[in-house]
Amino acid sequence: MSTSTGSSRRVLEKGPSGWLAAPALVFFLLFAIIPLFGVLFLSFTKWDGLGEIKLDGLSSWTTVLTDPVTGNALWVTAKIMFFSFIVQAPISLLLGVFTSASQKYRAALAVLYFVPLLLSSAAVAIAYKALLDPNFGLGPGLGLPFLAQDWLGNSDLVLFVVVFVIAWQFVPFHTLIYQGGVRQIPASLYEAAQIDGAGRVQQFFAITLPQLKYTIITSSTLMVVGSLAYFDLVFVLTGGGPGYSTRLLPLHMYLTGFKANDMGAASALGVILVVIGLALALLLQRLGGKNRNASQLEGA
Amino acid sequence: MELQMVKLTLRSAAIAVTAAAVSISLAACGSSGPASSAGNADSATMWGLTGGNQPVLQKSIDAWNKAHPDEAVKLDFFANDAYKTKVRTAVGAGQGPTFIYGWGGGVLKSYVDAGQVADLSDFVASNPDVKNRYLPSVLKNGVIDGKTYALPNNNVQPVVLYYNKEVFDKIGAQAPKTWDELMALVPKFKAAGIAPFSLGGQSKWPDLMWLEYLVERIGGPDVFANIAANKPGAWSDPAVKEALSKIQELVDAGGFANGFSSIAADSNADQALLYTGKAAMILQGGWIYQSMKKDAADFVKNGKLGYVTFPSVSGGKGDPANVVGNPSNFWSISSKATDSQKKAALDYVKSGMFTDADTQALIDSGAVPVTTGIESKLAASPDKDFLSYVYGMAKNAPSFTLSWDQALSPAQGDAMLANLDQIFLKKISPDQFVSTMNATIGK
Repeated sequence: MSTSTGSSRRVLEKGPSGWLAAPALVFFLLFAIIPLFGVLFLSFTKWDGLGEIKLDGLSSWTTVLTDPVTGNALWVTAKIMFFSFIVQAPISLLLGVFTSASQKYRAALAVLYFVPLLLSSAAVAIAYKALLDPNFGLGPGLGLPFLAQDWLGNSDLVLFVVVFVIAWQFVPFHTLIYQGGVRQIPASLYEAAQIDGAGRVQQFFAITLPQLKYTIITSSTLMVVGSLAYFDLVFVLTGGGPGYSTRLLPLHMYLTGFKANDMGAASALGVILVVIGLALALLLQRLGGKNRNASQLEGA
Repeated sequence: MELQMVKLTLRSAAIAVTAAAVSISLAACGSSGPASSAGNADSATMWGLTGGNQPVLQKSIDAWNKAHPDEAVKLDFFANDAYKTKVRTAVGAGQGPTFIYGWGGGVLKSYVDAGQVADLSDFVASNPDVKNRYLPSVLKNGVIDGKTYALPNNNVQPVVLYYNKEVFDKIGAQAPKTWDELMALVPKFKAAGIAPFSLGGQSKWPDLMWLEYLVERIGGPDVFANIAANKPGAWSDPAVKEALSKIQELVDAGGFANGFSSIAADSNADQALLYTGKAAMILQGGWIYQSMKKDAADFVKNGKLGYVTFPSVSGGKGDPANVVGNPSNFWSISSKATDSQKKAALDYVKSGMFTDADTQALIDSGAVPVTTGIESKLAASPDKDFLSYVYGMAKNAPSFTLSWDQALSPAQGDAMLANLDQIFLKKISPDQFVSTMNATIGK
């Protein structure tokens, strides 16, 4: 081993200079880390958004932690997270596999599936609100009684309507991730499987799914952590109602801060949101296994 | 997720929502012209509300800017619910407008306490013409601790029980005068396949009108006066509990339109149920006359729209002539505005608003201005029946209670609306409401 290869190998092992991360780090520090401590500080104060910020000890935390609405918001968030994942993950995986093949009609369909992603959440919510209106919406308009449910006003139904609309908007995004993931799987694997006599279903379970392991982890992390940030869509669609049925944690934080003007309690909720988000992201990364940086393609 | 970023993203979300709502309402109204008027960086800025008074205000500002290009006012419009959130955040962040649109009451007090609005007492004292143009009962809603912080800027807005005469004729019924008559109408309309009452439940504040009037009719104005004065246990007044029980009886009887808790008042969907004959009655503010006049011109013109005061409740202490609603909206002037902005703002308040053209435009839009000496103009209007009715209602009311969500502090108001929503959904009992609300006294 000559000295020159040794030094270049060392460079490779060390990776590119750490300074390349500096601009991103500065922004992250300025707009994420420092304000994070700001929120932590605010959670120990009393502030109505207008007047003075007064130190108030743990009272915001006591309010937030003893308020049954907080517990309800956590429960609603957990339900939305669970159902969103159950609905979105299989659909986007299958659509991703479907659209990754090269036929023309599949490409055309892929473009169609992609459309909801181009719309803003507020627009999606306003459109669905109009369509689902029990008196002037799609059901009464077309004279279809089964569509004329009180979709957004029925406390038992509304959660699933929200899950559906969220899925409608975000499935295209995850489909795109899976499509890219599937296209990276070497064709040689499928050719070998075909020679061994594996059918399509068998190929899917024996090759596609295992090869997509990290794509699944990425997509799931985005889905689960992202469901902590569903705000705009739900805010416009239901406003958190009826009652507290769709008052998600981020929405609860917003309404506490900007409607009830209790910035202290809202900050405490914000801190809870950060902690849950970080914990979930770490947990999902763990699920990837210890050697998660190892390539799945080795030997292919 | 830190506050600055939360604030920013939420604010941009709020702005997006507002923008969407504004563009939609603009498209729906088909109103012409841009939503904002031009001006330079140091011009006074003004945020108004979309809806019935939007064209009136736009016209007033356009006329002012044309006559006073050196004191031009830059005007933008926002939808009601979005505005209430946006303006507070903006003022708190030092980005608020020169003219702060408001309702008086506890919300105005929170601005005063934070030193965000200018004391206009001297201005009013040195300009008696300004003071004298208003109905005194309305003017006093802008006064806090003896100082004037807000001046009325549009029309009296009592809450009225509107009804569709056509569907009443169809089932041969009369507008209800008592609560018992009202309850008796419910099964009749249901049998005819018509919803007895429309209600914009998703917006929550329309729910409040029911509680306000029922408490007023059952217990009189003192019940809420005690609540607003933060007397401990004030919500425990039996009138509150009885009113809440009556609301739940009406819900049980199927009194409200299908899906009322998902109907939004900001999109005027609640009024649409009334004029399309899908609902027989609606309890709403005086301002919806203006939007119905525009959205359902024939319905209003052909005299199919009826209106009565809220029914009396047997054994109730409240005078049936008492009124709840909004005495008016108000302009406050930001204390953080620059001197030239303040000067332009006060000059506009002095000589730019409630000009003859303004007053006439308000009356033409179907509203009753809060100014004195307008009887003859009201009588000459094609809407004279409604306008004289509203004017008489406001002038003769022994008590005019400000909408509770505006009269209380923002924290109390928000808790009240959230819990009242739960009452309409029958998720909580009147007792639970009372004890939850008692815990907010003083907050």
